[in-house]
Amino acid sequence: MSENVIEVQGLTKRYGSTTVVKGISFSVARGEIFGLLGPNGAGKTTTILMMLGLCDVSAGQARVLNYDPVRQPLAVKRRVGYLPDAVGFYDNLTAADNLRYTARLMGYELEEREQRIKDSLAHVGLGENADRYVDTFSRGMRQRLGLAEILLKDAQIAILDEPTSGLDPQVTQELLDIIRGLKNKGVTVLLSSHLLDRVQSVCDRVALFQEGNIALIGTVGDLGRQVLGGGYHVEVEAEGQGFVDRLKAVPGVSAVEALGGNRWRLTSDRDVRPEAAAAVVAEKGRLLRLSVEEPSLEAIYTRYFQLSPHHGDRHAA
Amino acid sequence: MQREGSALHGLGVVVLKELSDHLNSARMRVLEWLVVLIAVVALYFAIQQVKDTTAEDPFLFLRLFTTSREPVPSFVTMLSLLIPLVAIGLGFDAVNGEHNRRTLSRILAQPIYRDALLFGKFIAGLFTLSISLVGLWILMIGLGLVMIGVPPGAEEMARAFIFLLVAIVYSGVWLALAILFSIIFRSAATAALVTLGLWFFMTFIWPGLSSALFVAISPSTDEETLILGAQYAARVSPMTLFTEAYLALLNPSTRSLGPIYLSQLQGAVVGAPLPLSESVMIAWPQIVGLVATTIILFVIGYVVFQRQEVRA
Repeated sequence: MSENVIEVQGLTKRYGSTTVVKGISFSVARGEIFGLLGPNGAGKTTTILMMLGLCDVSAGQARVLNYDPVRQPLAVKRRVGYLPDAVGFYDNLTAADNLRYTARLMGYELEEREQRIKDSLAHVGLGENADRYVDTFSRGMRQRLGLAEILLKDAQIAILDEPTSGLDPQVTQELLDIIRGLKNKGVTVLLSSHLLDRVQSVCDRVALFQEGNIALIGTVGDLGRQVLGGGYHVEVEAEGQGFVDRLKAVPGVSAVEALGGNRWRLTSDRDVRPEAAAAVVAEKGRLLRLSVEEPSLEAIYTRYFQLSPHHGDRHAA
Repeated sequence: MQREGSALHGLGVVVLKELSDHLNSARMRVLEWLVVLIAVVALYFAIQQVKDTTAEDPFLFLRLFTTSREPVPSFVTMLSLLIPLVAIGLGFDAVNGEHNRRTLSRILAQPIYRDALLFGKFIAGLFTLSISLVGLWILMIGLGLVMIGVPPGAEEMARAFIFLLVAIVYSGVWLALAILFSIIFRSAATAALVTLGLWFFMTFIWPGLSSALFVAISPSTDEETLILGAQYAARVSPMTLFTEAYLALLNPSTRSLGPIYLSQLQGAVVGAPLPLSESVMIAWPQIVGLVATTIILFVIGYVVFQRQEVRA
């Protein structure tokens, strides 16, 4: 199953004396949705451009579908679809004409071309708008047209740069559904984003970028355990005495932290709300509030980058 | 490092797309109407002048191109001013337009090299200019036939045709320059202004300034050196080259484009026309100069474009 379609080894990009991408390595398996996450300017787009052969590689190597993007960019670009950040289309052409240009560049013959254009526009829900000029399109429609272009090419890998930025929640949801649809068709998806909660719901694995390095890589759960310690945080607000020791004794709890004002935070490897409630009640405390914080990408991200200026010694793992 | 696949893969597709963009654009339609109107006006006045002054002239037809009547300049003068404007109009947003519409990275992610995109844009632009110039040329010949009623001779047609080719090459110079600036400047307005500024400088200021400059900085006091040097300096401007080329081609009695020495005049019948091949020989350095300028400007643009970042 896990055949790697993207292999990146020590990929480096320098502009003069500044190094934008600092020798990163990762691999993506066929059929996976892989997220490149990180703040703007962390090197995500540069990495993508190097994988497409649109940008020189200073050192290291990328293999995409076993082709070298530096030497065989045409082979890579024929099999990989790319949706750039804030994708643009020719406003003076209709949606179908824009796709026709791409289809001609791909070398499809007339009949196949028209069929593919029709199918791909229908698939992203733009069938009705095929003959409208793109200058009347909203941002969400442009993004969908970009995905239609990837479908048109029958790409084995779809690389999406910030596909959901600037979209309202409903359109974002629709777009993520289309991205899941790509996965179901067997397409490997690589997407970059700084919007986390949405991305979390689609990504199988993520790589956290920071200043040109990949700081963390793995599934969301893995990262939660690494960055947030236990992964779950249970917050207890209660009046009374003596239950703190009992809370510490609950199996799975690794730390209890006093937050002041009758509030405590428990770090644990699972949801320990029932046991925590029982512990408080057993000491005749008055339980006021009990909440759990699941390991969200948002929390991992915020926590990680809060710590990051000094993280070297604390989260070297 | 060797890249795989042809650098020109997809060139035809790009050319067709750009050509259809040019021919459908409102900008092109305005420019073409401007060209046609000005040509008709220039031609009309030239014909009036020819009718009034020339009785017998073996090259009557060619006079239509070069004759002027106050206050309207001749057809070729108008053309030498208009061709750069149309070429700049077609080329000033060739590459930065793709950047600003954010289409560049999407198109380059398709299986083509940048080479094909840039070549395609240049070829489509030159083809569009050629269509306009050929159309204008035919219009000119046709109107001339109708209005003076004398059919042109074979040599006149040959000279007029070579002039057409030179005019297309001249348009290529300005197209290449416009595309070069569209690569260098990210803003289309800046690119257009800089190109127009350079055109203005080269056309109106340099021909006068260059000789003054040469005389001022040249250590020589020899008159011949000064005159020749000033002329060479003026030829930096494509406008000078074009003017000299069409003088030699459309005016068969042009014997030299530089100063004429007495030795050259020995045995010459002043005012007698030269054969076509001789006229082409006189204009040849100018024509080669125009072709070379086009190639050099295009190559500079090509190199800059290859090294440019694609991201917006």
